[in-house]
Amino acid sequence: MPGKLKAKIVAGRHLPVMDRASDLTDAFVEVKFGNTTFKTDVFPKSLNPQWNSEWFKFEVDDEDLQDEPLQITVLDHDTYSANDAIGKVYIDIDPLLCTEAASVISGWFPIYDTIHGIRGEINVLVKVELFNDLNRFRQSSCGVKFFCTTSIPRGYRAAMVHGFVEELVVNEDPEYQWIDRIRTPRASNEARQRLISLMSGELQRKIGLKVLEMGGNAVVGYLQCFDLEGESGLVVRAIGTACTLEKHSSGSLVNTHTHPNTAPASNACNSPSKDGKEPVFGEDLPSSSGPPTPFRNLPTSSSSPPPFSPSKPCSRQSSSSDTDLSLTPKTDESQSGRRRPGIFLCPSSPVLSADSLSLPGSGSVGRGHSSGCRATTPPIPSFTHSDSALLRKSVSFTEDLLLAASGMGSGGSAGKEAGPLKTLLRQQTQTALEQRGASSSGLLLNAREFPFFTLTSFPPGFLVHVGGVVSARSVKLLDRIHNPDEPETRDAWWEEIRQEIKSHAKALGCHAVVGYSENTSICEEVCILSASGTATILNPRYMREGCLDIGSTDHRFDDPSPPSCGFCHIPYDELNMPFPAQLTYCYNCRRQKVPDVLFTTIDLPAEAAVTGKGCLIQARLCRLKKKAQGEVNATAISNLLPFMEYELHTQLMNKLKLRSMNALFGLHIQISVGENMLLGLASATGVYLTALPAPGGIQIAGKTSGDLNNEQHIQSIQKRINDTIAKNKELYQINPPELTEEGVGSPIPEPRQRSRLFRSHSESSDEVSELDLSHGKKDAFVLEIDDTDAVEDIHSLLIDASPPTGFYTCNTETMPGIYNWTTAVQMFTSVRVLRLSNANLSNQSLNKIFTDLCENLLKSFYFKLRSNIPCCLCHLNFTVAVPEEELIQVSVTAVAMTFDKDQTQERFITKGGNETEEQLQFPLELCADSSSTNTQTSSKFSGVPENTIVSSRAASVDYGSFADRCSTWLELLRLKAHTIRRGSVKTSRRTQSLAHSVSSLENCSPLTEGRPRSLRSSRSFGGSSVTMVKMTPLSFLPGTRIIKYLGIINMFFIRETTSLREEGGVSGFLHSFIAEVFAMVRAHVAALGGNAVVSYSMKDCVLMENPNKNQAQCLINVSGDAVICVRETDQEPMTSMTNIGQSCTADGAT
Amino acid sequence: MAVELDVFVGNTTIMDEEVYQLWLDGYTVNDAVKVRMAGGVLDECEANQDVLLSDTMDQYRTFQMCERLLQSPAKLANQLLFQIPPHRQTMLIERYYAFDDSFVREVLGKKLSKGTKKDLDDIGAKTGVTLKSCRRQFDNFKRVFKVVEELKGPLVENIRQHFLLSDKLARDYAAIVFFANNRFETGKKKLQYLTFQDFAFCAGQLINNWTVGAVDNMVEDMDVDLDKEFLQELKELKVLITDKDLLDQHKSLVCTALRGKTKAFTEMEANFKNLSRGLVNIATKLTNTKDVRDFFIDLVEKFIEPCRSDRWTSADVKLYLTHYTNSAHILDSFKHQAVWDRYMGVIKSCIFKMYHD
Repeated sequence: MPGKLKAKIVAGRHLPVMDRASDLTDAFVEVKFGNTTFKTDVFPKSLNPQWNSEWFKFEVDDEDLQDEPLQITVLDHDTYSANDAIGKVYIDIDPLLCTEAASVISGWFPIYDTIHGIRGEINVLVKVELFNDLNRFRQSSCGVKFFCTTSIPRGYRAAMVHGFVEELVVNEDPEYQWIDRIRTPRASNEARQRLISLMSGELQRKIGLKVLEMGGNAVVGYLQCFDLEGESGLVVRAIGTACTLEKHSSGSLVNTHTHPNTAPASNACNSPSKDGKEPVFGEDLPSSSGPPTPFRNLPTSSSSPPPFSPSKPCSRQSSSSDTDLSLTPKTDESQSGRRRPGIFLCPSSPVLSADSLSLPGSGSVGRGHSSGCRATTPPIPSFTHSDSALLRKSVSFTEDLLLAASGMGSGGSAGKEAGPLKTLLRQQTQTALEQRGASSSGLLLNAREFPFFTLTSFPPGFLVHVGGVVSARSVKLLDRIHNPDEPETRDAWWEEIRQEIKSHAKALGCHAVVGYSENTSICEEVCILSASGTATILNPRYMREGCLDIGSTDHRFDDPSPPSCGFCHIPYDELNMPFPAQLTYCYNCRRQKVPDVLFTTIDLPAEAAVTGKGCLIQARLCRLKKKAQGEVNATAISNLLPFMEYELHTQLMNKLKLRSMNALFGLHIQISVGENMLLGLASATGVYLTALPAPGGIQIAGKTSGDLNNEQHIQSIQKRINDTIAKNKELYQINPPELTEEGVGSPIPEPRQRSRLFRSHSESSDEVSELDLSHGKKDAFVLEIDDTDAVEDIHSLLIDASPPTGFYTCNTETMPGIYNWTTAVQMFTSVRVLRLSNANLSNQSLNKIFTDLCENLLKSFYFKLRSNIPCCLCHLNFTVAVPEEELIQVSVTAVAMTFDKDQTQERFITKGGNETEEQLQFPLELCADSSSTNTQTSSKFSGVPENTIVSSRAASVDYGSFADRCSTWLELLRLKAHTIRRGSVKTSRRTQSLAHSVSSLENCSPLTEGRPRSLRSSRSFGGSSVTMVKMTPLSFLPGTRIIKYLGIINMFFIRETTSLREEGGVSGFLHSFIAEVFAMVRAHVAALGGNAVVSYSMKDCVLMENPNKNQAQCLINVSGDAVICVRETDQEPMTSMTNIGQSCTADGAT
Repeated sequence: MAVELDVFVGNTTIMDEEVYQLWLDGYTVNDAVKVRMAGGVLDECEANQDVLLSDTMDQYRTFQMCERLLQSPAKLANQLLFQIPPHRQTMLIERYYAFDDSFVREVLGKKLSKGTKKDLDDIGAKTGVTLKSCRRQFDNFKRVFKVVEELKGPLVENIRQHFLLSDKLARDYAAIVFFANNRFETGKKKLQYLTFQDFAFCAGQLINNWTVGAVDNMVEDMDVDLDKEFLQELKELKVLITDKDLLDQHKSLVCTALRGKTKAFTEMEANFKNLSRGLVNIATKLTNTKDVRDFFIDLVEKFIEPCRSDRWTSADVKLYLTHYTNSAHILDSFKHQAVWDRYMGVIKSCIFKMYHD
């Protein structure tokens, strides 16, 4: 019985009129948790009832606490007939289970009804008392922190990164159960909402367990998704990165306190190298002078990873994906992955198609019940390769492929030959597997673990080299999930994909995949599973042992590359390249080789040297397909996929060149399937990396020479292209320093090939080989115009309008070259659905329509946000879907961030020229210095020897962590000051939960009702009674500092209407629903005591409409991190230091 | 190819003041787009007509969803659906409750009933205000009227607090409520030259001096109903015209004071008895509701028109009324000084306001 949940219903307001006769409502409230229900009294005849209920207490397992939401139902009492439901509030109490997050949930929640939307508000107080239980980690994983943020959360330090965690749970979708034929839509929707809430709670708990097993204490980059598979069920799956996080503030202060011997540690923190090896304080519990709590001991054990790490004893979960896979021979370790940006790799090992072909074998694993899969799997993976990078090198692709010793044939043929080759290949795989096993001892055990990281930005020094994008797709036929407790099929599917990704990364000479993400697209019974990431070499210092299989001979880390370009250097061996690439010496350090283009799925590293500004680059594509059923359909789709990927990459590459840039960050390719078409959308942020060579231009070549007309036409196009490039250079301020011949260093050995965009096959590409290195034109792309398609393509290239003056766009966190953000942010969501006319459309005209749709959306944003100029639209996240035949849906969530036009305030450029987010912390450092007295006084109180600080300051080798540290102290001080200023509670928030007596006393006093509000109002930015809650898809808010993470927000809503016309049509319906979702997110955050949501995203927006029946239904899933942030400039009064000292100890004692 | 759905929702609700005004003015989406295009907004941001249409639709939807809240502005501040910064909220409310002077001039003093509402299209046609806008304005009047009707305390303050309006707008609404409640006649031809602001000023004077609230500030309807006792007392003023001696005495006092100070002296002297009779008669008749309604007509007919036909200047009127009021104090046998002051104070300022040169 390790937890007691307490809830109190305070009041309601703005309730709807439920009794037409009196124009009033007799409202009461049901509070339900698990199977226990309490009721308040009826508050008669009021639209603003004051229930002021007693505390309803639920004594429950912490397992339930994690899984179940608190359900609050507001009803209208009716003497004669059944009580009418007004609406519901689901409160996820997970944030209360983590000592460091919120301690109380208190505030006004919108009362939500799936049919009527928001109907008034209710004021609720929720608290949790957790009893410390030594065995508490048995089935629950309370205390593991979750972050949607895909970087190390601000205010924390990653003591260790443990690696990839994943889990999925399945269930039958209530909507598709027979009972729904007789249930009301409301009951059905609520059953669904409740189920999904439960499932995501369970999922989170299970992931938490895995993290604890690994010895971590947090999940960063937590990404949860729903697959609405219709009749075959409902899948909730999540991936994330397990980490051991240390809080800067309490952590560092306390560290030195209890472990005098680690006093140099804070000093050492300045050099990340030592940092990583510091003993981990596994639990984030600040271990200060407080009395040891039972689980103080745990940290010590978890701090030394070995006991926990080696293999995951995947305890009792039947759903664990790890269970059966090691037994299967399909672990295609040896596949040669292939791909990196810009270059399609030729198979360096004879197993090119091994992965595709071995899959049939593997397919049988999780496929006991699915007959459809068997047929469809084989062709697919073979196409999967076509992912990121077939780009311009496709000529060499074919050629090399043919030349390759393996002679396995092209991807296209592989699928068809699958059958005969099957056995052979399986043998090969196995051999390879054995070889591997031999070469890297003990790795087989770990092979099941994936060296994947969902993070997209990293602490300095973490990322050593970046290989390129790896991705895999697979088409599956869905069938009913027979036993929800054993979702092996789905697990096996993902396992296949992950294996493939892993092997691709290996082929690029990389041992890790970062910026990893997975998604699906479902249409009827066909499902496309996709995964992508960036193959990299990470610094092993930060990793748990065994998390990455790094050969002992790996010397690649020894070489200290400058941080501004190190990550661009190739990770693979240049003599034994996995594919023919065009290498040059790094334009920055001149010591290492770099590729000519770099594609990644991660954010631009803070320390990267960039020339000019960046911009959003999108490739859009529509492909028609025949309507079909089952396997035929799946085969058709999988046949189309490689062509789509190829096209998308061609587009990306051309557009990149057109903007005179040489690298893509945040690349996200989405392929969406509909009944009669496939949609592909690739978005990324293009930049010019100083370390990479200047991109060549684009050259147009006609196939038939001599035709004068044609010649002129080509010339005019060429001119347009050249003009556009020149214009873009100016627009994005790309003026790389001109390099002199000697500056380039020794000439590059390999002949520089003229890259070629493969349209129609042409003569050998070796003719243009040696050219001088300093001129851009020599590696110009050649676009050949041989048919109308090509012309169309070129036109579509030029169609993309650049953003109007004052606007910048990117889909990453920030824009290089812009630092002086103001605090003005405007997050928005926009959805557009286009109905195609019935006419027979060609691929070309469809493409045009789709491109226009995206371009027009962007134009709309510019117009709407024109008052924010100068501003940058950051994190532009486009999602496409084909909700019905002939409908195309595009949803976008992004944030407009305003910046100061005049660059006078530009922050210092630090030594490495690293100039992004880290820079935002720079002023803090200064400010820390200036307020050194404060820092030191505080340190006295917390018992830190003063010399620690001095030394840490003196040894400011690593600027980053130093600034962090200083700012952390300040943060701590400020947090305390903040708490104190609020006045009502004397100690820190955590202490509140400790001091039940205090709080309960307060609750007796009439003050109680006022308290939460007074807390809030002191926090609110504006003068209104509602807290302003800022939302952003980024991990930070400019001009502010996050002083506390309050927990993850993960909400799922369904809204349905049977009066679509009356609600303003489908636009009106969705408009109000999105506004309602925002409102509910804000209310939950405010109730947790927060004032902002970072890393916000809308994962799903599924809209179904039936205008003829005047009906529509929509499902929205959103997530993010609730935080408290304060203005950077807020110099809060430093109130009495004694209080700070006290609260420090109080913190520790909790 | 049809855009089936197109929405844009900001975390902080995006509202363009120009579009808001067009919405308030009752423009349809298409008309609003035309107006905006004519206004040159397209040049600002390389936009096209589609963009403008989509933006206008979004905003119109937002406003429609907000309208419910604007109708009880206190809710706007603590609702959760729209995140609107406080200063924007103020703007939204202020604009929503703003009205066209030409429209209100038509409705002023009329009963705020369904019957009047039916006439709105005529009024709209006459004033050039769209029907939609007329309805909004009329409904605003009615809503304010209904809420304030049942409240105690000062009228202006109540309106301000309940509807979160600026002082100026709250005063205007107080005037509208006051006129509607007392059904003052304002529509007669003779009154056409008066603007709403003229009447609003007069209403303010009446509210501050002649209502129950002027003496007691804690009763219901205190600022809406005229002080009955006071109206009764006004009958006492009759003595000023019925008592021949008093009338003569009054006249000579006024004439002495005025002599040589104005060109219109002769006319003043000649008209004194007429004018005095007019003003005093208005006072004595105010106990009848019917005569209250005709208050402004009476003022115009009995005082302003005679003066105007004699070509008095505003200064003349001021001079005359000042001395007319003050001289009464010197009359020994006139005992109703307080009532006289309370009466004449308002009459004086109303006439000043209503007397256009």
